[in-house]
Amino acid sequence: MSLLEVRDLHVEFHTRDGVAKAVNGVSYEVDAGETLAVLGESGSGKSVTAQAVMGILDIPPGRIAGGEIIFQGQDLLKLPEEERRKIRGRKMAMIFQDALSSLNPVLSVGYQLGEMFRVHQGMSRKEARAKAVELMERVRIPAARERVNDYPHQFSGGMRQRIMIAMALALEPDLIIADEPTTALDVTVQAQVMELLADLQREFNMGLILITHDLGVVADVADKIAVMYAGRIVETAPVKDLYRAPAHPYTRGLLDSIPRLDQKGHQLSAIKGMPPSLLEIPPGCAFNPRCPMARPVCRTDEPPLYEVDDDRASACHFWKEMFDAR
Amino acid sequence: MHADHSGKKQAREEGVIARKLMARAQAENAYAEGEAILEVRDLVKHFPLTQGIVLKRQVGAVKAVDGVSFDLHKGETLGIVGESGCGKSTVAKLVTHLEQPTAGTIRYKGEDITRLSGRALKAVRRNIQMVFQDPYTSLNPRMTVGDIIGEPFDIHPEVAPKGDRRRKVQELLDVVGLNPEYINRYPHQFSGGQRQRIGIARGLALRPEIIVADEPVSALDVSVQAQVVNLMAKLQDEFGLSYMFIAHDLSVVRHISDRVGVMYLGKIVEIGTDTEIYEHATHPYTQALLSAVPVPDPEAEEGRERIVLEGDVPSPANPPSGCHFRTRCWKAQHRCVVEEPLLIVPENFTDTAGDEPVHHPSACHFAAERASVMPPAEG
Amino acid sequence: MTEPPAIGGPGGAMELAESEGGGLEGKGPRPGRKGSGKRARSLWSDAWHDLSRNPVFLIAGLLILFLVLISLWPGLIAGRDPLSCNLGRSLSPSSTGHWFGFDTQGCDVYTRVVHGARTSVTVGVCSTVGVAVLGSLLGGLAGFFGGTWDALISRLTDIFFGIPIVLGGLVFLSMTGSRSVWTVVSFIVLLGWPQVARIARGAVITAKQNDYVQAARALGASNTRMMVRHIMPNAVAPVIVTSTIALGTYIALEATLSYLGVGLQPPTISWGADISAASEGMQFRNAPHILLYPAAALSITVLAFIMLGDAVRDALDPKLR
Repeated sequence: MSLLEVRDLHVEFHTRDGVAKAVNGVSYEVDAGETLAVLGESGSGKSVTAQAVMGILDIPPGRIAGGEIIFQGQDLLKLPEEERRKIRGRKMAMIFQDALSSLNPVLSVGYQLGEMFRVHQGMSRKEARAKAVELMERVRIPAARERVNDYPHQFSGGMRQRIMIAMALALEPDLIIADEPTTALDVTVQAQVMELLADLQREFNMGLILITHDLGVVADVADKIAVMYAGRIVETAPVKDLYRAPAHPYTRGLLDSIPRLDQKGHQLSAIKGMPPSLLEIPPGCAFNPRCPMARPVCRTDEPPLYEVDDDRASACHFWKEMFDAR
Repeated sequence: MHADHSGKKQAREEGVIARKLMARAQAENAYAEGEAILEVRDLVKHFPLTQGIVLKRQVGAVKAVDGVSFDLHKGETLGIVGESGCGKSTVAKLVTHLEQPTAGTIRYKGEDITRLSGRALKAVRRNIQMVFQDPYTSLNPRMTVGDIIGEPFDIHPEVAPKGDRRRKVQELLDVVGLNPEYINRYPHQFSGGQRQRIGIARGLALRPEIIVADEPVSALDVSVQAQVVNLMAKLQDEFGLSYMFIAHDLSVVRHISDRVGVMYLGKIVEIGTDTEIYEHATHPYTQALLSAVPVPDPEAEEGRERIVLEGDVPSPANPPSGCHFRTRCWKAQHRCVVEEPLLIVPENFTDTAGDEPVHHPSACHFAAERASVMPPAEG
Repeated sequence: MTEPPAIGGPGGAMELAESEGGGLEGKGPRPGRKGSGKRARSLWSDAWHDLSRNPVFLIAGLLILFLVLISLWPGLIAGRDPLSCNLGRSLSPSSTGHWFGFDTQGCDVYTRVVHGARTSVTVGVCSTVGVAVLGSLLGGLAGFFGGTWDALISRLTDIFFGIPIVLGGLVFLSMTGSRSVWTVVSFIVLLGWPQVARIARGAVITAKQNDYVQAARALGASNTRMMVRHIMPNAVAPVIVTSTIALGTYIALEATLSYLGVGLQPPTISWGADISAASEGMQFRNAPHILLYPAAALSITVLAFIMLGDAVRDALDPKLR
């Protein structure tokens, strides 16, 4: 049994311009000790899916219109809020992009870290502080003992993100969801934080969902990747296979449009047009207006997730052609 | 560099008239491809730190830019890379006269434009334009696209006669790949990528020779990023533009740049052609930066050495003595504490790559190439 | 790694051009509200669109329209002379033709309430305009130029902000001999501008930091141009919101001052003065109508303007956009 299984999830937002279909039938699985990268551009529904899993979606305007989220054998969507709250923090935790606004500026980081233990495990102030130092050491913050009473603004961006990771780890959850954890960081720091996250995940044998728009960042930490477009998963594959041979034109377009450090070229092959509005997702395959391979059937029939291989799937009518053309 | 600088000073004193004549002649003739159209020398920008509300007194200074020199040649793209707080955006603001430098000179076609004001400044501004990072704050939300792109003509009425403006604006929209009929729409009716195109159209309106682009694609989605990068490359060919392309993304910079300068704590630490910087980096900071860039290819990632820097970037209000990078450098020695390395071609140049030697300035006492910071070559 | 196979041709400028052309339909402005996709929508017209569908705004707007009409032409609904009084009918209750009864002086309360609207609306509107102009001018200068200007104006703002407005009224206005509507308006403007100046200063500083102002500067725009074209249109919304809400409070302030005897004097008809007269010697105990009607008129008017301000704020608040 998987640690987490999302089945046919649908999420809508009621806006003043109409109903925005942010997530349209997303399914994925994460096992203990496994890292799933969810890749997509803004508006692809990658973060909304994660928020639904965490149970932190703003309802309203959001609404879960269908599907199941099965975590350790129980459907979270059927649980009362009280039960879900117990799972958050203890069994699953989330790391956000902006560490500065996720930390309370008027409390010391030691206090904020220790709070978890005092609230959830009824520890004394002193014990909680010792635990906080231990956590800070675990996420490799230098001079943790001296810095435990410092305030968030006294730390650099990378260190703050480490504190966020420490907080997420505090109660040793089984699943961590990291939403763009390194996007706000400088490149030299990005690598450190990603490495730390991967090490800790191995150490605790957690499931990790990495939400990102940057293929490069997840290349060497993820086991498998789910690519999202307009609220749907268009391709899932083990990392290496995806890079070597994408089975969906959107994935391939994305790979081709990234400038590479080791290659100098003059023309990037950009994907034409822009992602659709979630208020008006094109009928058929949502990618068809931008797809170089689109044919009439793409405008009428929504492609299911075809099984490409044992561990791969693609939502393209012509995935076979993409393979053969390789 | 100091010796070089004083030499220049002398030369300036000796040949003021000759220089002026030459400058005029140069300004009249179109600049040939490859000539230095912009020369920046020893540029310094310190932001004073003050205390007190009514009676302010200076208690220090943030040394945002601390002695930066480079040339921008006609028709080329100079990339400036560095992490947040390295001063790269301040350099952009100094070059476009949005900030006044504390010291140093900026020459445009040989003419010193550092302290221009009024009419003369306005005239220079026609030739040096800017594209901003955030397509959401760089367009006035209360103006139509036509007004935004047409504003340059309002400010410089000599460029386009009044009756001609609408047509010119529509032409510009077409050039950047937007429907000319969108002229009456407002910025919030467009997506991020389209807005960035509008920003580029505004920058192009006066037919400048230099465009300073400060992180022009970092706020955009990957697939849209490529469209805008391609557009900028196309426009460069079409209009013979010179770009100063400022970004934190080394991959994008490599893609578009002919030469690249790497900045750290207000200084350029290494500058050279894209091959020199990306394949033959000699400064430890450049090497660390390159090694940290993720490559979207798990196989290329394997066998790559990642240099993990210790500690954080020091505060620009109180940079380390000697070499600014020494606090995080694995090569640091006593010499680095007491002696500031100059941005020069290293004498003790050792070439490990085996290719022909590549000489380019690097501000390190112990500059040397290092293998395997880049992903292994294809094949 | 194998070279990723090219999709659809060799890439290059062709594809770019194609993406521009081919994408145009799809890449038109994001679909806006139903039926307005093709139209250019300015932020102002969006705000108006929201306002015109807000019931709070509609109710407040109708009330205010009515108030403005009767201030301009009170004769429309109250034909009698508000100053012709008959002591013989002092404190008479309501009767046919005199729905609100008579006050202590034997004047028709209905006529006086209707005619009192003019004073309130005049004081409210003129004070607001004065405060908005003076406040945005000083606040704008401080925000735009910063430095010494800012230091001076901000200190001045603090000083005026520190004066309690009612106490100030008691002190200043009691020193003046005869007080007209304009005396009261001038006083309100004098003590009211700091509120708007602070808002305007903040709004100008926020607007000034936007990249589009930098972009205009990079194009060589003059200070006037940056101020008029870029900063003011983007800084004016909070000033409008504060001013509209303040309008109601200025009306209440005039009534308070008149009640305290330092506001308007007869023969000017003011709700505040009438409320004051009604409470003299506790006469309203026997004849509650003489207090009730002017007080109700005052409350409804103040409420209407505050509701209007609220609706305007909702419509102009960019966070909802």
